[in-house]
Order: sequence, then structure tokens, then C-alpha cells
Amino acid sequence: MAKYVLKRIGIAMFVLLLITIIEYGLMSLAGNPIEILAGGPRVNEGMLAQKAQNLGLDKPVYVQYFYWLRELLRGNLGVSYKSYQSVSSLLASHIGPTLILMGTALIISTFVSIIAGIYSAVHVHSRSDYLLQSLAFLGQSIPGFFLALILIYIFGIRLGVLPTSGMRELGAAGSGVQFKYLIIPAIVLSVEMTGRNIRYVRSSMLEILGKEYLRAAEGKGIGRRRVIFVHAFRNAFVPILTVLAMEIPGLFGGAVVIEQIFSWPGLGMLTMNAVLQRDYPVIMGVCLLTAIVVLITNLVTDIMYVVADPSVRIK
Amino acid sequence: MHESYLHSIIRRFTYHKRGAFCFCLLAVFIVLAIIAPLIAPYEPTEISASFAAPPSAEHWLGTDQIGRDILSRLLYGMRVSLFVGVMATLVSTVIGTVLGLISGYFGGVADMIIMRIADMLMSFPYILLVLVSAMIVGPGMWNIILILGIVDWPGVARLVRGSVMEIRSSDFVHSSEIAGMPRRYILFSDIMPNIISPVLVFASSVMAQSILDESALSFLGMGVQPPQASLGNMLNDAQSLTVLTSMPWLWLPPGVMIILIVVCVNFVGDAFRDAIDSTMTR
Repeated sequence: MAKYVLKRIGIAMFVLLLITIIEYGLMSLAGNPIEILAGGPRVNEGMLAQKAQNLGLDKPVYVQYFYWLRELLRGNLGVSYKSYQSVSSLLASHIGPTLILMGTALIISTFVSIIAGIYSAVHVHSRSDYLLQSLAFLGQSIPGFFLALILIYIFGIRLGVLPTSGMRELGAAGSGVQFKYLIIPAIVLSVEMTGRNIRYVRSSMLEILGKEYLRAAEGKGIGRRRVIFVHAFRNAFVPILTVLAMEIPGLFGGAVVIEQIFSWPGLGMLTMNAVLQRDYPVIMGVCLLTAIVVLITNLVTDIMYVVADPSVRIK
Repeated sequence: MHESYLHSIIRRFTYHKRGAFCFCLLAVFIVLAIIAPLIAPYEPTEISASFAAPPSAEHWLGTDQIGRDILSRLLYGMRVSLFVGVMATLVSTVIGTVLGLISGYFGGVADMIIMRIADMLMSFPYILLVLVSAMIVGPGMWNIILILGIVDWPGVARLVRGSVMEIRSSDFVHSSEIAGMPRRYILFSDIMPNIISPVLVFASSVMAQSILDESALSFLGMGVQPPQASLGNMLNDAQSLTVLTSMPWLWLPPGVMIILIVVCVNFVGDAFRDAIDSTMTR
């Protein structure tokens, strides 16, 4: 087991290194950001050269990469080309709002999809199952930004009951997220995922409900409800959990679009602005952070899979 | 009574009323998109005298803020969005199938390299990869097709690899090997036919996703660029509050159209999945 875990960690580190190399290479293909950074007709060649030298942009790409990697190992992610703030402090100040948004969406989605999925599986081929499945497909098929526009139109503009921009009232005391600002963005972010997960929970529950040991459990007379929620759900839980974990990279992607629409000051907005301004150190920082999160989730789910299900063979 | 495999699939597909209905609707959309230049009342970039006018007899769906006919733009936008969806799916499915075949059949070093690259692509937050690539090659329809196609292949490759490994160890492949059939025959006549159906089902979900991705990218201004219309960039205007509040004819039709197309693609894929699933008896 320990050997398996170590091997997986080794592979993850290797993949991470490859990701940084490719990302850096891609970025250098996008061209030198110096002209965009300097901007305006008032700058002359000398100032450009000076600025390039200050940022280390006059060196070949691989030198820049090794420099970046060396600093990374020392815990230094560099400085934003645009705001001159350190990338780590930018990431630290933007990760909170994104985690709150993603966490809320994940909780909503898990809750709704498990309840709806079990209901659908228990009442399979009934009218309500059919309706739930159609709704799940619909949820998967609505572009997040369009749903956002509709909800902003209904709740923000027509009814005027919910705020649709930012995460707190301007000038309000304290800091952090105010609940009513969270409602629409979190719902929008959770809809697509919920649609997919309802179908997933339904099919894994269906598979397990057909197993003989459940008939046996039911035959013992311990009640249908107990069989469904204790015996069946416990066995369906592990595959459901892995699918939920796989949603995390997608959630981040959704967050980029949603944060843009709702002016939510999180990582998604930071990323979008960095992309538009070619702020490479910030883009590298975000990529690294998200890649690490994804690799850790993959690792943990793989290990959980082995722990939970001894029949999964370790090669 | 004897019934061919294809016939039984078609019979089971049409039994799925929802799937059959969506298939017809999707066919209508595709035909409309193809003949858009013939039926669109105006040129998609033609500017008329009325700016941001609500629907009228002249402009059935009204005009946008610079006076272009919404109905015409909607038809052309459908054309672009469907084209991007189909082409991106084609690119990723071809790449994924070829790499998956190699990976699953030959194994060894090739398998390891391909699967590590697939892992890597799947570990990137998808949108970040797409955004950065769009920043590098510049936005535009063909670039979006290539980016989505290249980013989407690992899913197909994994699916194909899994099925190939399963089929490879089956008796009929072993018998072909023992009979000394050429490798080409085993790959294309023994293995390929057995993976086409699952790949097609998977491709339908890739296509739905590609259409959604194109619309999101174009909505953010990183996809298909105006004046060319796509369903996504037609929604771009709705980021302004006045458009959102008082000109619903500008943003509702393209949004509803995206939903209809994607729902149809998903339902058709689902019906097809049930139709080829031989364990379902109908």
C-alpha cells in the first residue's frame, strides 16, 4: 500500500513538472508581454529594454524557466507584472472567495443530486423518474452564463430581491462574503454539475439495487427504507464520491465564467484579468495552484478507491 | 425472426420517443444552418436603419444595437456554432481514437507516454488551458476548433484504450492472431467495429460540451470574433445592463437556441446509448 502511494505521488510530481514546462513554453509562444505592459506611445526603446531587464524578460525562455523554477523551490512565485504585488499574496487574497463559491456549489450539488438520484433510482421508469432525468439533462445543457443572465434578470432586475454583483455591500463593516450575494452565483455554478451527478447517482444506485445481497437484506424484513439508505447507499457512496472529486477542475472552469459575470473577486476573475493583460507570473501561479489541487484530489480518490474496495487490484 | 444489428439499433432508437423527437429537431436545425444563406432575410452583417428595434414585421426578431437583423444573425450563428461543435468533436475523436488504439493495442512505452500526456491534459483546469491557448493563437473560429479538439481528446483516448484492452484479450482476436492475420486486419476489422458505438455515444457528449464551450468562450470575447456571428458572441451584448433589462430580444433567442441544440444532442446521444446497449431487451 505504502509503495503504491509513493509511486502515485512520484507520478503526480512528474506530471506537475511537465505541466509547468508546457505552460511556460506556451506562455513564451504567446509573445513578449513587454510591449503590452509598457503600453502607450510615450515609452522609448531604452525604457523598454530597461524594463525587460528588470523583469528578466531579456533572457532566453529556458533560462527564464529555470529561474522561475529555482525561485519556486524557494517558495517565491514571483511578482505580478501589472500590479507589482507578489503572486503568492494575490493568490492568497483571491482564493477565499473562490473556495466559498465552489464549496457552496459543491454542497448544493451533492445534496440535491444524492436525494434526486436515489429517488429516481427507487422509482425507476416512473413518471417522476422521467421528469427528474429530463431536468437533469436540461441542467447539463444550459450554458452557465445564460442561466446567470436569466437569474440576474428575474431576481436582480425584475424582482430586485437579490444582489447580482460583488460579494458584499460596498462600505459594509467587516470583511468576507455576505450570504445573499452568494445565492445566485452558487446556484448557477452548481446546476450543470447537479445535472450530471443526478444521472450518475441514479445509475450507480440502480446497479446496486439489483444486487442479490440487497434482496436478501430486504427479505430479512428490515424495511425498504433502511435497505435503501443504509445498505445500498453505503455501497454506492464510494463511486459517487470519486465522481464528485472529479468535478473540481470543471468547477474551477465554471468559476472563471461565473466570477466574471458576477464580479466575484476570486481566482477566476484574477485569472481572466491576468490572461487579458498577459500577466505571466500570475497565470503561472494560478495554473500551478489548480494543477496541485487537481493532482491531490486525484491521488486521494485513487487511494480511497483502493482502501474502500479491496477488489480494485493494485498493479 | 432474423433482424440485422443496424435494424435492431434503429428500432430501439425510435422506441425512445424523446430521442427520436430530438433527432428530428436537430436535423431541422442542421438543415436551417446549412441553408442559412438562402433563407436569412438579411445579410448577417448588413446594417439597417433601425437600431435596437424590437421585433416587427420587417425584422421578426428585432435588430441589435448597430442595426443588424437578429433572425439572420441567429441563423448564421447557428451555422457557426454547429460547425464548431461538429469539427471540434471530429478533431478530438479522431486524435483520441488513434492514440487510444495505439495505447491499448501496443501497450508498453507508447501507452505510458500517451496516458501521461492524457493525465496531464486532464489535470489542467480545462478552461484555463483553453483561455491560455486562445490568448496565444488569438481568438477566431478555426483556432477555437483546433483548441477544443486538441484539449478534448484524452477522454476518447481513455475510452478507446479501455475497450481495446478488453477486446484484445477476447477469444476471437486470439484466434485471428493464431491464424496469422496481419496486424492491420486485427486492428481495423476485429477491433475497430467493436469500439465504434461507444465512441459515437461519447462523441455526442463531447459535441454538446464543445458547443457549450464555444459559446462560453465567445461570450467572454475569446472565441468567435464579431462581426462573424456565433450564438455565444450574440449573448456578449447582454453583459450591459441596459440590454439585459430592456432588450430581451437581443439575448433570449441565441441563449434558447444554445439550450435547444445542446439538449437535443444530449438526448440523441442518450437514446443511442440505450439503443446499442444489448443488455436492454426491448
